[in-house]
Amino acid sequence: MKHAFKFLAVAGSGAALTAAAPAWAAATPPPSVNSGDAAWMMTSTVLVLAMIVPGLALFYGGLTRAKNMLSTMTQIGAVACLAMLIWVMWGYTMAFGEGGSAYVGGFGKAFLAGVTPDSISGTIPEYVFASFQMTFAAITVALVLGSTVERLKFSAAMVFAAVWLTIVYFPIAHMVWASDGLFFGMGALDFAGGTVVHINAGVSALVASLILGKRIGYPTERIVPHSLTLTGVGTGLLWVGWFGFNAGSALGANGAAGLAMINTFVATASAGLFWMLAERLSGHKGSALGFCSGIIAGLVAITPAAGNAGPFGAIVLGAVASVICFYAVTVLKPKLGYDDALDAFGIHGIGGVVGAIGTAIVYAPSLGGPGKADYAMGGQLIVQIEAVVATIVLATIGTVIAVYVAKLVTGLRVSADVEREGLDLGEHGERAYNY
Amino acid sequence: MKLVIAIIKPFKLDDVREALTETGIAGMTVTEVKGFGRQKGQTEIYRGAEYSTNMVPKIKIEVVCDSGLAPKVVEAIQASANTGAIGDGKIFVLDVGQAVRIRTGETDQTAL
Repeated sequence: MKHAFKFLAVAGSGAALTAAAPAWAAATPPPSVNSGDAAWMMTSTVLVLAMIVPGLALFYGGLTRAKNMLSTMTQIGAVACLAMLIWVMWGYTMAFGEGGSAYVGGFGKAFLAGVTPDSISGTIPEYVFASFQMTFAAITVALVLGSTVERLKFSAAMVFAAVWLTIVYFPIAHMVWASDGLFFGMGALDFAGGTVVHINAGVSALVASLILGKRIGYPTERIVPHSLTLTGVGTGLLWVGWFGFNAGSALGANGAAGLAMINTFVATASAGLFWMLAERLSGHKGSALGFCSGIIAGLVAITPAAGNAGPFGAIVLGAVASVICFYAVTVLKPKLGYDDALDAFGIHGIGGVVGAIGTAIVYAPSLGGPGKADYAMGGQLIVQIEAVVATIVLATIGTVIAVYVAKLVTGLRVSADVEREGLDLGEHGERAYNY
Repeated sequence: MKLVIAIIKPFKLDDVREALTETGIAGMTVTEVKGFGRQKGQTEIYRGAEYSTNMVPKIKIEVVCDSGLAPKVVEAIQASANTGAIGDGKIFVLDVGQAVRIRTGETDQTAL
């Protein structure tokens, strides 16, 4: 949806623009920057940055043990920085360069060739569009690390990030968001990146944690979050930043952004409460971590549906995703026995799948969605499932390659001594807390 | 001289300190400790992973006093730290060989 808007506009004032333009502008006007759109997109871009540092860094950091706090925060910050540099070198062109295939963009914009302050994408400067999309690449690769913390080497995280972005993220971003991309052509609905960001990161996290192996002592020893306070702070920052992520994905300050905004409020609110409710119904106490987990599950689920659902569809979607993620994390994970340390798969992977498939349902006008009267839910459901399956397959294959490259170059995992003593001291020579 | 060690519930510290001051005790050492006795611990759950902690947080008080005063000290702690519930703690009394005040070099009774 978002990039259809972009590319139509680039092609010379798309249908939506022309329809909205006054009569005297009937002749095709040259593309120009709308300062309101540009201001909102610049704001959205830095909101997404705040999701990574400090949002995700605190959210994940608080969930690890105190001895691994700095390692977790530093890995997140560092892979995000690496993603930004790679993005301007070859990432942007692989995702959005013209003249590529259905699978990857052309290389004409490598090192941002030809992009100038006068370049326009839709109604915003192309530099702003490229920056906005850059933050998506940065947060996605950082999300993957949620499953590998407390044992993955810093150097391995960096090598993994470089390879994974190149062979997994950029191609999938192209397929979903570029007008000549495979999923885009299929008509898959993904407003803000449910497949590209969340299913992609979640599945990759699961595969990476399976290859990496469990943490020493998991699940017999006591491995508990060292600061749910910081996790709560991170949760709040993620929620606030997510308005840039979702409402920003309208690529303008418009009605679609407004719809995405209200959905990002209500789907999340419903999911936060429903996780706690699921805990109560399972005979436990409603917990702070459950509240935070529900918030994230709701944000993940509403991402593909943000501009593709009505507010009440969004509330239901948030609730359903929250309860399914709750069972994935508390029942499925222990049964299967893998060590997805911070539940990157359980929340982003599972929540992403629920959101992507659910988008086809809540899009229906009969359920308050923005679909046209002749909207065919069955056909859309099949398209959504195809996009989900294709993303899972690509993410799995690409992650296996990226992890083994990282293993070859760096050894992948810290020594048992470093793991016991903590990665903060072993990998960075510091402690997070010196009382 | 006697060393009186008392393990008490953390929220009873102020009461115990007050009672000990009334018996004429001029100083004590307090440490936050963990341990277990008959009181059972708590269960914590993080995203479905359950951990039962059998170590319960307690406060350890150490008081050195004149041998004659020791029974009164024990009695004061026993009375002030008592809630009647399991987990109120324990008191131990040990003999002390020597005491020295570091600043002046005074020893034994005068050092207390």
